[in-house]
Parts: sequence; structure tokens; C-alpha cells
Amino acid sequence: MNDMSHGSNAITRNPGMALTRAMFEGAQVNTSAAERRAATLTTRRSVKKEYQAAWLVKALQCIDLTTLSGDDTRGRVQRLCAKAKRPLRDDIVEGLGLSTMPTVGAICVYPAMVPHAVKALAGTKIPVASVATGFPAGLTPLKIRLAEINWAVEQGATEIDIVIAREQVLTQDWAQLYDEIAAMRAACGPAHLKAILATGDLKTLRNVYKASMVAMQAGADVIKTSTGKEDVNATLPVSLTMVRALRDYGEATGFKIGFKPAGGLKTAKDAMTWLILMKEELGRRWLEPDLVRFGASSMLADVERQLEHFITGRYAALAHHPMA
Amino acid sequence: MATVQQILETMDYGPSPEQNAHVKEWLARHQDGFGHFIDGEFKASSDRKWIEVENPADGSILGRVPQGTSADVDQAVKAARRAFGPWSKLKGQQRAQHLYALARHIQKRERFFAVLETMDNGKTIRESRDIDVPLVARHFYHHAGWAALRDSEFPGYSPLGVCGQIIPWNFPLLMLAWKIAPALAAGNTVVLKPAEFTPLTALALAEACVESGLPKGVVNIVTGDGETGAELVRHPDVNKIAFTGSTDVGRVIRKATAGSGKKLALELGGKSPFVVFEDADLEAAVEGVVDAVWFNQGQVCCAGTRLLVQEGIADRFYAKLRRRMDTLRVGDPLDKSTDMGPLVAPVQLQRVTTLVKTGEREGATLIQAPSPLPSKGNYFPPSLFINAESASTVMQVEIFGPVASAMTFRTPEEACQLANHTRYGLAASVWSENINLALDTAARMKAGIVWINSTNLFDAAAGFGGYKESGYGREGGREGFYEYLVADWMKTLPASKASPPAKLSGATMATASAATDIDRTAKLFIAGKQVRSDSGYSYSVMSPDGKVAGQAALGNRKDIRNAVEAAVKAFAWSSATAHNRAQVLYFIAENLSARRAECVERLKQGGHSVKQARREVEATLERIFYYAAQADKYDGRIHSTNTKKQTTLAFNEPWGVVGLVAPDEAPLLGMISLLMPMLAMGNRVIVVPSQSHPLITTDFYQVLETSDVPAGTINIVTGQRDELAKTLADHDEVAALWYHGDHAGSALVEKASSGNLKFTWVNDGKSVDWVSNEQAQGHDYLRRACQVKNIWIPYGE
Repeated sequence: MNDMSHGSNAITRNPGMALTRAMFEGAQVNTSAAERRAATLTTRRSVKKEYQAAWLVKALQCIDLTTLSGDDTRGRVQRLCAKAKRPLRDDIVEGLGLSTMPTVGAICVYPAMVPHAVKALAGTKIPVASVATGFPAGLTPLKIRLAEINWAVEQGATEIDIVIAREQVLTQDWAQLYDEIAAMRAACGPAHLKAILATGDLKTLRNVYKASMVAMQAGADVIKTSTGKEDVNATLPVSLTMVRALRDYGEATGFKIGFKPAGGLKTAKDAMTWLILMKEELGRRWLEPDLVRFGASSMLADVERQLEHFITGRYAALAHHPMA
Repeated sequence: MATVQQILETMDYGPSPEQNAHVKEWLARHQDGFGHFIDGEFKASSDRKWIEVENPADGSILGRVPQGTSADVDQAVKAARRAFGPWSKLKGQQRAQHLYALARHIQKRERFFAVLETMDNGKTIRESRDIDVPLVARHFYHHAGWAALRDSEFPGYSPLGVCGQIIPWNFPLLMLAWKIAPALAAGNTVVLKPAEFTPLTALALAEACVESGLPKGVVNIVTGDGETGAELVRHPDVNKIAFTGSTDVGRVIRKATAGSGKKLALELGGKSPFVVFEDADLEAAVEGVVDAVWFNQGQVCCAGTRLLVQEGIADRFYAKLRRRMDTLRVGDPLDKSTDMGPLVAPVQLQRVTTLVKTGEREGATLIQAPSPLPSKGNYFPPSLFINAESASTVMQVEIFGPVASAMTFRTPEEACQLANHTRYGLAASVWSENINLALDTAARMKAGIVWINSTNLFDAAAGFGGYKESGYGREGGREGFYEYLVADWMKTLPASKASPPAKLSGATMATASAATDIDRTAKLFIAGKQVRSDSGYSYSVMSPDGKVAGQAALGNRKDIRNAVEAAVKAFAWSSATAHNRAQVLYFIAENLSARRAECVERLKQGGHSVKQARREVEATLERIFYYAAQADKYDGRIHSTNTKKQTTLAFNEPWGVVGLVAPDEAPLLGMISLLMPMLAMGNRVIVVPSQSHPLITTDFYQVLETSDVPAGTINIVTGQRDELAKTLADHDEVAALWYHGDHAGSALVEKASSGNLKFTWVNDGKSVDWVSNEQAQGHDYLRRACQVKNIWIPYGE
């Protein structure tokens, strides 16, 4: 996200801090209360008409357009990059009255696909994000995981989506978790580190809160919910817990941390829901792509259809929009 | 209009108005004025006076409703009386189908009701749409079930007759549902008066009654102000009054119905504690405050407006709360992104404004949400006082607006003391992630509803209602359904033949004593000790044959005061295990049985035949055994409230300190029949024995002295019955009073009970057959010996 600075409001990168257990060990997260808050977030706020259209454009700008499949090829990645550059049809951009074609937040691929993505996006400001560190399980030796980061950065990735070793959370081995993430942050160098907590494996919201805090203390620029490969991906209660953790971290240190829900976000409605969460819990500043990203592959198509409906008043067909 | 490009910069929510064309069309149809709904038809008021109904969001006039007169009320009561016979005789299944149809009709028109409620009351469309109206439908569904189950689940009970119901303006349709659904399910008919500010959804519901085919006269709605309500309360042919509203008006109603024989349920004010312990999820608790205080503009009787925050986390908690206040949106209640709408009426805005000024003047720090307020309408910002003290006005007075007042505490012990240190006892909210602490605190709250790590949860399956001056009676659940039933045995009790109580004299009299043994002195029994009366007088107890059976102490108000003080201190009895209480009761029976012969002799003195006396003593022993057995068996329930991963525990809790005025008939058995259920459920008791036959009870304290009854648990004060009863009824530390005397005394007790709104159960001069198990023991006694506390426990990880 180093290229996505927000004008004069650019964020200062989180340098991390010493492992500070007092910031998380007594943390309490009441699951049923979190579920109640999550359930009423979207019933308390409604965004309609031109506001909805603008919010959907914003959502589009925050999408990490993603392909993370075993059958990814150069051609597949090129097609995705083309969509990243021109996510909307020209008539829709015009209908919305936008001054320029918006672009997505980033392209997110496996390390081996990074060179293809970098080439396809040359001349744009769209960052290439690479998953790394033995994605999705994170159980390869640390040395190899770090080497993977180095390689992806060398190939031109400017954002690295690392996965944490869930074992360290499940056994509450915070020192080891901290050390590994700190090492990964060092390996990233100028590239931003997005720490995937794989919350579906952590199970409890207290684990989610603690892992979030350790990741931020170790220097994560962004905390991210899921790989997309766990049984349960981004949920609202998990997201609520994570954004509250990053708010607490910000209040304690002054640094702004980004948030990336991933997996399970498929519709324009999902995008609106998470944007409302960000605005309500964190404020306006967290509605920009340097502080919020949506890890999604099919969400864009739905956003396109909704935007077309806003312009024409007619419900749109999927096949009328170029495939990602 | 903002462009998409501009909105991309601001990222505002923008307007999101709920459409109200259907409601406007309905209002236009009624622009000439609504009518009362009487006997299935809408009728103009008899004197053509109108009340204009305002939209609190902008002051515009929505319509006008008639100001109900005594003639209107009378017409409605007569219609309800005519309908009662056929309606109460319908099969349960038939009544169930009617209630089911009403629930269905409400759901079919759910958005209509929600929009109308928002326009009439000012509550946000989110709340009326997502909370009020779904709960209304749920209440009718739930009670359709009770209608079908009444005869099998409540054998020996019948409906009361015509119920007069008076509801407030804060949840107009929901309170209507809470009143009408159980009344109809039980087989009663109703005359309901909605609040003058918010009568419209009730009238829409009246149309739904017609639409759904409800028989004429079963539901009648008379609109009007407090005067109309007073007419309903006074009407002689109303069998029950159910009132939700202010404690002050509750008092007026208690006085007005005293001696009338009308059953009464009062759901009154509150100043509920919201306790945040240092191990709570503070984010959850912050959100809890939003749902507690800024829900429905704070116009909620059970709102947790007294924030008690553990000192070590108070600053952090307040900081989080302030940040949360920044995002609250106050404005058009029909906008779907509004958190808080206007207060219901200008008079409420004025009241809240004045109280908040008082809070500031008294030195508390006021924090208000920065949301801009619309220029028109009764808007007041979400407000928070920090550094308030327990002596602050804003900590004590029910503000009934969006205002929380916070103070700190040091220990769980202190939290409970502060929480309970109020004249109210409606609800409490407890926040802690420690199950021991949370449950212990919940158990110690003197409140009818306790929410653990949550607040303002409602459901038809759980009882709602308060302790202390928050009223009595429950709405919802099995405990609420009893409020609309009467035990069959109570309907046919004959008038007592006992002569009016004589004026007792403390002067000597030249009548020989019947006693031949060593002279005995009957004293009072207070705090586990035999004590002389404060007055220093005794009165002679006469046998029917004109002889003097002995002397009893002439107790007075100071003796009652001392007895109550002793009972207040004897709190250990209320927290003893039920098994322990049972053991003591059994021991009382054991020791009493050793004195059978003495008891028979004493009863003979009072005019019993030997056979009668023996029968009474045996029945007494059986009755003690019955309640000893019940002590650990008349227990609570787990309610099936309508949320996953949540348990709602209904506890039967003792009142605390209670008074009993024993009957003249069956002086031993009658007294025991009142005393034992109270003791079994954990109450501490002041007994006023039969004035004419007190000596069997003063003999009884010797049994108590040998039966391990903790001091102060049972106190006995003999003397002038109604003078002592009045003192007990007046006493603010006495939480409940059962009275068995004459009609005038019953009225006296009910009237005096309005002081602290204690629960009373009086005999209205009727006579109970104390030997009869049907009449003189059982759940009717146990149920009135305790109050139900519902503890809501959401769980999940």
C-alpha cells in the first residue's frame, strides 16, 4: 500500500513495538455482544441512491482483486490485471459522472504469478500483492517462509499477505508469534505486510483480538481475516473484533493500521456492510484503500451490476460486464 | 444534489427516508377524526371534545381522537361485559385461533404499523420495524398458545372478567400487545385506554381486530387523557386494572381501587443500574449503554441509566463511551440511518432539559453527542453525566430521556449496595466476563429483570415487571398469565361471620380468669426474644363463655417498628438454602406436635369443641409439612425466550420483610397457613395474630424458640388488629402484606400500601375454610409469597 498514500493525509507506517502483553492478555471479547453489534450495524445505517453508487465505487477502489488457485496461469493473471485497470465499462463511468476510470486496490496472487502481474500492471499505480510464507497453512520452515517473502519482493510485489502459524495462537505462544511476524516484517523491507490471522482456525474472538494485537506489535501494516481457504472466512463479529483491536493499538501508539476482510465477501451488499463497519467503528479515514481492502474475486461483478442499475434503473445481467 | 464524485470525498450516508404514503393515505381517510372502538364499531365521543395528535418530529397534526368521557367508558365496559360471557365460554382452541389471526394480521401490515408508530411516537423506524412490531406479533403468537393451553395448564382457574388497561406512550403498540394478548388468551375482555400522545396504532389495531374477525366487544379502545383513565379505574364493573406508567400515577390508582376488589397489576418507573466490572468486555458494555439509554430516546422504564463503573477502568470506559457518542445520529425518525428521534412531546423535552440543567448545577460533568439536531421537533441530544454522586438528582430521579449518569464503585460488594440503593427495582444490567461474579451480582440485584452482558432484551415467554416501587405483577410468560386468571375457589368465598374487632382496653377489669394454673404472661416476640410491649398495657382476651382467658400485650406502632427492624436484620433466612428452611419448618412441626394437648386446650378456650380443636391441630401439622416439602420444590423455570444461545432463568425470590394479619377463624391454622408459605419461600415475617384469639400464637413462640428459627425471622405483635395492619401497610421496609380481617380493613391496607407500593393480598371480608386444602394451601399462596426475577444469560464463544 506504499503507493496508495492518501494525499497530505498519508499514513506513517507502523514501526511496531516491543511485545507488550499487557495490551492483550487481559482482553475480553463477549461473543454474544459482538454478534448483537454485528447484527445491528447494517440495520442502523442505510445508504441509498447516489450515495450508494459512490459507496460502491469506493468499495471497488478497495478491492484486492484476487486469484489464488492451483490452476492460475499467466493468461488468467493477465486477464485479471486488465480488469483491475478497467473495472467498469466506460458508459458506466460516464453515467456516474466520474472524472477518471477508478481502479481496484491491488491485484493479489501467489508468488509464482507475481512476475506476470507486475508486467501486466506496468505503468499503473495498482500494487501487486503476493501471498507468502507457505500460504495458506504457514507450516513450512521459517527460513523458507522468509525466503519466499524475499523472492516475492524482489519480483516486484509491494504488498505481502503473510499467514501466521495458528499453532502459536492456539498454544498462546505469543513470543514465538511475535518473533516470526517481526522477522517477516523485516524481510518485507519497503513492501507492506498484511498479516493473515486465519480467524476461522483461531475460533474464539479473544484469540482473534490477541493475535491481532501481537501482529500489530510485530509491525503489521494491515491485519487480514482469512486466507479464503479456512472453513469460515471473514465474518462480521470477527471483523468487529479486529477493527476494535486496531483502534486500541492506534489509541496506544498513534499508528493507523489497515484492515482486510477476505473470503466470503461476494456481493455489493457485503461491501456496503463492511464499509459501514469501518465508518462506524473507525471513522471516515478508514474508507480509503490505504486502510481498508476487501479480499474478493466475485464481488466486483456484483458491484458493476448494481452501478449499472443505478444509472439505468433496470436490473443488469452478469454477462453484460467483462469477465474478470 | 451531491454528485457521486463529491460523495466519494465526503462518504456521507445521505438521506434514506422510509416511505410513508400508505400511512398518510390512512390518516387522510380519518381526517375528520377517529372514534372510540366500542362493541366492534368506531364511535364519536359523547361530548365531541377532541385531542389533537402531534407528530413529535415536526409538530404537525396527524389527526384527532375523541376525549373519552365517563359515558364513553361506561359504554365500553358494558360492551366488554356483554362480550365476556360468550368469549370466555369459547373453547381454548377458538380463542387461540383469534389470537393467531391477530398475530398474522399484524405481520401482514408490519410496515404500516411500524411507520405509523414512528410518526405517532417519534421512535426511529429501525426500532419500530425491527423491535416493536416483531415483539407485538410475537406476543400475540405466544399467547395464542396460552389460550389453547389454559384449561390443561391452569386447571381450577378462570378469567377475571372485564379488564381495564391503561398504557403509556413509550411503546404504544407493544404495551397494547402486552396487555391485550394475555387478557384475551385467558378469556377476559378488555377496555384499553392508549396514551393521549400516541393513540393511533391502537386504533389501527382496532381495525385489524375487525379485519381478523374478532368478536365484537372483546376489545374496546377508548381514547383520552388521564381523566378518561381515571373513569376506567373508577368504573364499578371492571374486574382488573392493569397499568403501565409512572410510579406517581400508580399510587393514585392503588388508592382509587383500594377496597374495590379489583385485581391490580402495576408496571411503573425505574432507575435501573448498569454495572460495569473491570473484567467486562468494555466495547460490549459501551454498546450496551447505547441500547440501554439511547434506545427509544431513553423513554424506557427499564433503561439502565445509572452507570456504575469500577473505578480502575472508569476513565477508559468513559473515553470509549464518548467516542461512541460521536457517531450517534439524531434526526428524522423515519430516516433509516437515524439512531435517535425526538422525545414524544414538548412537555417531555422541557422536563428532560430542566433535569439536565439541575444535574449540571449540582456539579456533574455533562457530555453530549455532537450530532446536529433538527431545528423543529422535540429533539434532545444523547447525554452522559460523569462524576455524578449518589446524592445527585440525576442519579436518583427517573429522567425518562436520553440521559445516563455515571459514578464509580470499588468492589463488587459496593456495586451491589449502590445498585440496590434506590426506591425502584425494575431491571439491572451486569457486565463481567467472570461467570461467578456475574451470577452472584445478578442474584443480589433487587430487580425483576437482570440482563447479564446485555440489556433491554424482551420476549413474550419471560415475565417483565419490577420489585419495590417499580410495581408488581408480571407481563409475559407463565408468571404473567396468572395476572389474568383467578382461582375458582376465590370466586365463591362467603362473607366472614366474624364480628367487627372490638376496641381493646388496657384497663383492668373485674372479671375472673378462667386459668387455674400459675399465671402466664403473653409477651410480644421480637428479634427472637419475648419482650414487653412499648405501651406497657395489656388487654384481656375473652373466652366465648364471658370468662377471661388471659391477657395479651397491647402492641403499638413502635412495637411494629421494632419488629420490622429485627426482620430487616434477619436477612440470613432469605439466603439460607431451601433445604435448610425446610429443616427448620419440619422442626417447628416436630416441636408443635409435642404440644398437641396444650394447643387443643388453648383452642377449646377460644370456643372450639375438642373434636374441632384436634382437627385444627392435626391440620396445622400437615400444613407445616406441606410447606416444608414445598420449600425446595416450588422453584423457578427456564423460559424459552426467542434467541439462540441464551437462557432466561426465572427465579422465585422472597419479598424480604412481609407482614401477615391473621384471621379470627381458626386462630392457629389460619395463622400457620399464612406464615408457612412465607417462611418456606424465604421471607421474614411480622405476624399480627387474631386480635380476639392471640394466645395460641403467643404460645407458639415457645415452639419457635426451640426450633432453630433464626432471631428476627418470625416476629409476633399482638394488639388492635387494624391499627397494627395500618402501621405495617404504611411501613416502607415492608415489601408485602397479607391481610385477613374485614372489608374496611382490607380497603385500609390497600390504600396505605400505596406509599411504597407494597404488594397486598387482602380477603375483602371474605371467609376462608382454613381446613380445606383447596382453599388454604397451595400454589396460590406460594406464588404470592415470592416475586419472579428473570435473569437473562446470553452465552456463546
